[in-house]
Amino acid sequence: MKPAAFEYHRVETVEDALERLGELGEDAKVLAGGQSLVPMMNFRIVRPSALVDLSRVPDLAYVARDGDALRIGALALHREIEHGDDELLEGFGVLKAAAPLVGHFPIRARGTFGGSVAHGDPASEWCILTLLLDGEIVARAPGGERTIPAADFFLGFFTTALEPGEIVSEVRFARPAPHAALEEFARRHGDFAIVAAAAAVDTDDGGTCTHARVVIGGVDEVPLRVEAAEAILTGSDLGEEAIEEAARVAEREVEPSADIHGSAEYRKHLTAVLLRRALRRAVGDEG
Amino acid sequence: MSDVHLIRITVNGEPCEVAVEARRTLSDVLRHDLGYTGTHVGCEHGICGACTVLVDGAPTRACLMFGVQADDCEVETVEGLADGDELSPLQAAFSEHHGLQCGFCTPGFLMLATALLRENLDPSDEEIRDAMASNLCRCTGYQGILEAVRAAADAR
Amino acid sequence: MSADGRWVGRSIPAVEHRRHLTGDGAFVDDLQRPHLRHLAFVRSPHPAARIAAVDAEAARAVPGVEAVLVAGDLGDVAPLIPALARDDFVPVEMPLLARDRVRHAGEPVAMVVATSPHAAEDGAERVRVDYEEEPAVASLEAAIAGDAPCVHDDAPGNLLLDVQFADDDVGPDFDRAAAVVEATIRTGRVTAAPMEGRACLAEWDRREDRALLYTSTQVPHIVRTAVAGILELPERRLRVIAPDVGGGFGQKCVIAREEALTLIAARAVGRPVKWVEDRQENLTAGYQGHDQRYEVRAAFDADGRILALDADILCDVGAYSNHPFTCGVEPLMAATEMFAAYRGGRYRARARAVATHKPPMAPYRGVSRPQIVVVLERLLQKAARALDLDPVEIRRRNLIPDDGFPHETPTGLAIDRGSYRESLDRCAAMLGYADFAERRRAARESGRLLGIGFSCFAERTGYGSQAFSQRKMTMTPGYETAWVRMDPGAGVTVAIGTSGHGQQHRTTLAQIAADALGVEPGRIEVVQGDTDATPYGWGTFASRSTVVGGGSTKRAATALGERLKRIGAHMLEAAPEDLELRNGAVVVRGSPDHAVALEDIARLAHLEVHKLPGDIEPGLDAQASFDPPGTFSNATHGAIVEIDPETGRVSVERYAVVEDCGVMINPAIVEGQVRGGVAQGIAAALYEEVLHAEDGQPQSTSFMDYLVPTAAEIPRIEIDHLETPSEFSETGAKGMGEGGTMGAPGCIATAVADAVAHLGIEIDTLPITPERLQRALRSARAPEGEAV
Repeated sequence: MKPAAFEYHRVETVEDALERLGELGEDAKVLAGGQSLVPMMNFRIVRPSALVDLSRVPDLAYVARDGDALRIGALALHREIEHGDDELLEGFGVLKAAAPLVGHFPIRARGTFGGSVAHGDPASEWCILTLLLDGEIVARAPGGERTIPAADFFLGFFTTALEPGEIVSEVRFARPAPHAALEEFARRHGDFAIVAAAAAVDTDDGGTCTHARVVIGGVDEVPLRVEAAEAILTGSDLGEEAIEEAARVAEREVEPSADIHGSAEYRKHLTAVLLRRALRRAVGDEG
Repeated sequence: MSDVHLIRITVNGEPCEVAVEARRTLSDVLRHDLGYTGTHVGCEHGICGACTVLVDGAPTRACLMFGVQADDCEVETVEGLADGDELSPLQAAFSEHHGLQCGFCTPGFLMLATALLRENLDPSDEEIRDAMASNLCRCTGYQGILEAVRAAADAR
Repeated sequence: MSADGRWVGRSIPAVEHRRHLTGDGAFVDDLQRPHLRHLAFVRSPHPAARIAAVDAEAARAVPGVEAVLVAGDLGDVAPLIPALARDDFVPVEMPLLARDRVRHAGEPVAMVVATSPHAAEDGAERVRVDYEEEPAVASLEAAIAGDAPCVHDDAPGNLLLDVQFADDDVGPDFDRAAAVVEATIRTGRVTAAPMEGRACLAEWDRREDRALLYTSTQVPHIVRTAVAGILELPERRLRVIAPDVGGGFGQKCVIAREEALTLIAARAVGRPVKWVEDRQENLTAGYQGHDQRYEVRAAFDADGRILALDADILCDVGAYSNHPFTCGVEPLMAATEMFAAYRGGRYRARARAVATHKPPMAPYRGVSRPQIVVVLERLLQKAARALDLDPVEIRRRNLIPDDGFPHETPTGLAIDRGSYRESLDRCAAMLGYADFAERRRAARESGRLLGIGFSCFAERTGYGSQAFSQRKMTMTPGYETAWVRMDPGAGVTVAIGTSGHGQQHRTTLAQIAADALGVEPGRIEVVQGDTDATPYGWGTFASRSTVVGGGSTKRAATALGERLKRIGAHMLEAAPEDLELRNGAVVVRGSPDHAVALEDIARLAHLEVHKLPGDIEPGLDAQASFDPPGTFSNATHGAIVEIDPETGRVSVERYAVVEDCGVMINPAIVEGQVRGGVAQGIAAALYEEVLHAEDGQPQSTSFMDYLVPTAAEIPRIEIDHLETPSEFSETGAKGMGEGGTMGAPGCIATAVADAVAHLGIEIDTLPITPERLQRALRSARAPEGEAV
């Protein structure tokens, strides 16, 4: 379990990184926290010709507010969300609540938010929540930057809309989601979820749901938005009946594949169980 | 083909300069290039935590970081915990509470607990269990480890 | 020291702790050598294939690669053919490197020596092997099917052992039974997963013309005999050292092909060579076990007493036999030890070792006893339900009564005195059994699923050569020899062939010797794990070291003590029989001022031997062996579990152990063994399973797939001790290294079964994964419950 040989390049600025990636070509990869990439390299599942180490780029490690919007620099560590200031994260409590589910203590001390999103694991808490909260991924390229809506970003297993030579510099959330929750099921502490369900809802003064978003992880090649479930919730009173129906619809809609951690049938079942739990928490949650 | 870098790292306060191939992990460099063999390697994919060390104070799987990334960093390993011949309170608590048997995972647990106790001055039992659940031990069933960390936290 | 001045019975901190707490331990991979080379194996990706050709040209060209060896390059080596001297056993060769066929994914085909582990892996991936894939058998069911492909041509039907324990006809008992219960119990394949995988460093000492093999083993002397045999070396020219060893649990009590191959590689390149198994290799190519199926039927009388049991036992032992225990160890253990704690009645069993295209089995902690315990506890639980008896009471009635010792089992084992019923009563009380039915009922009413379960078992430990001889191995382990020496400064060295790898024998054996010699344990060094420095011995496995190693240590230390008293008698001008050893001196009994310090005796015996009487030889050493018949520990485990009915997740709310291992040498070390064992047993019950696809491809290739539990999954384990001293060990101690692992699966399985009994769900397949349980819960709404 020793990685194949590669060239290592450390950069101090995003501009340097972009330039270096351009020179090194498509087989080069960006290294941030390395918590997903390095194990895959140790197994030689991934064998980049070169790594461009972003981790020392000073201006990408931030969590900041811009009015309503929350901006998370690509190199913000998981633990910075986990221990983030409540005021700073106001309206984004779901991120803070989910952070302890990201790997383990040492993983959260080195792994980065942007790295997780760019890695594109369909069961990753950050990928699921980025989609749930309508995040936008800011991608920098030598020619400038572009903003990719989360809905267009995740394309497949570990595959995103990032072009070769592009770097995620920030993930941006325009709108707070005070009523949101993520529930997941893993057999062992700290493992990737077999299935994770996330829900966000808004209500009007009368308690009627004006907006609902449902995202399930672990049931597809990408975090999966379940619009049919959202449609049931929207306009409902978010009572047990609506929650139950949304859960059943989501269970029916998802078409997971099986692996040793769970059959398709079980993942469908968990989808309903976890979505029910997430919705109850989102509805009850003021945070 | 091989990409060699000259790096400077400080291990337990001692500055070291070493030429490393880029693909050598921090655990390779500590153990085989610098002789700090107290840091063990149990899975090389970040699950078991036997290789946990502190890098600039942060608990780090040394198998998930390349040595070259530790250039200019301060690394703390199990070899730095005792004060001369005197075990640190945490080390002594592990012995007193029989928090080890074969000893292979022990350095990783000690460094993990060191990081926890630095960050959290008054950890609850649940917080201790949650943090210690980052690493694997095959011998003890964990109870002695949890009791040792509890005792070390209480003794402060 | 305790009030009676004894060290045995005290939880002194282990002397082994310090080195591991400071990072000063030395495991194989911590050892450095000048000019060290590194070994990587080319392993088959296919479970079954013919090897058409191997092309190592490209690998040899990789920078840093110094040699590539395939089967044909190994030179004169003797084949490794583990065998039992039984007609019903089929010996098969385990090639060091596969020659023409591979029989499991992960089987070594070639080896690459290079200047770094990285370069060795670079080379290994460039060795081109042309395989012609063949159909694989990857399960018991596939292997015993009529048209199954044969893993070995000389093992038709894939049977490597087929043993019958045919009692008189069990039929009449079934006819007159008040209840007949049946079960098919299946336990998943697991692996020891020691935190340190296997590892070797081999070097040829040109100065001494000897080979030196450092290896992460439980059995250094067995390794020496076996590897010397393979390499056709005189044993004296091979020294085997087990340095610090990071756990073994049975995976390292057998010979690894890689041990011989590392030494062969070192000979080939003329440099020291190191091989450190990585986790992927450990999980896919390392020894595994416990992959078993039991079809059982039991007859009970109206009082719930077992009248008869009929068992058909299948053990999936993988592609080869291990040396020296062979693949017979699982089926033989299963069949012979079915009845131990429970008295049983008439007994008929057929036990088969079945070859499959999976990694070979080694005796992993517990060896078939975890399975037997599940079988019996589930049968008793089912019978209690059928007969409307209390599940604890039915166990009680079947356990050996307090006046029933020695008890002879249906297979002829002699069970020595224990505390079978008392351990059950105490464990039930610890968990509040009397009130539990009400708790369970109330929980059910609020939609929660709570259950309680127990397991009662006897743990056969510390057995010697007579017991082992019945297995008919080609070598018969069992005895142990200790050398105890006192140096001129009155320091003591105990050298022994047991080989602790986490059990803290240096501490417990020193406690035993300390009492025999009347000194503090701190004065005693215990040497293990070096074939040059210790007497021939069998190593550490089968819960034998405290009984057999401790017994020989006590005998040798006592013999040395007698010698010290003889010299002391001369110096004190007293009769030896009036003397005793205490506080580092030979003392006239009842007259503490009349004493001579051991330092003075040691000095005389080594440095001033002209002052010794003529009939006393110089020096202070003693040797003694111990070869006991064996002794049974006993325990009851109890657990309360809660099931999440939606996800199927089982949480262990409480776990209690009441155990009796006779005299405890060091209670804290005993408790550490119990807790660690229980953790492995809970792991096997709920989390871990080595999975292979139907085509034999390994699916549990990392710690992301093989779920060794963390501190978040393992509950606090409450322990209570009973102490029935053994008559068959020198110290009164019984072994207890495997009991935790033996008791937990049956305890958890019955607890889960109890929680879902009202739904008609049977828990007969382990591990009880959330998915399996949830599926059963879901189909339980249908009239016919589904077995999990």
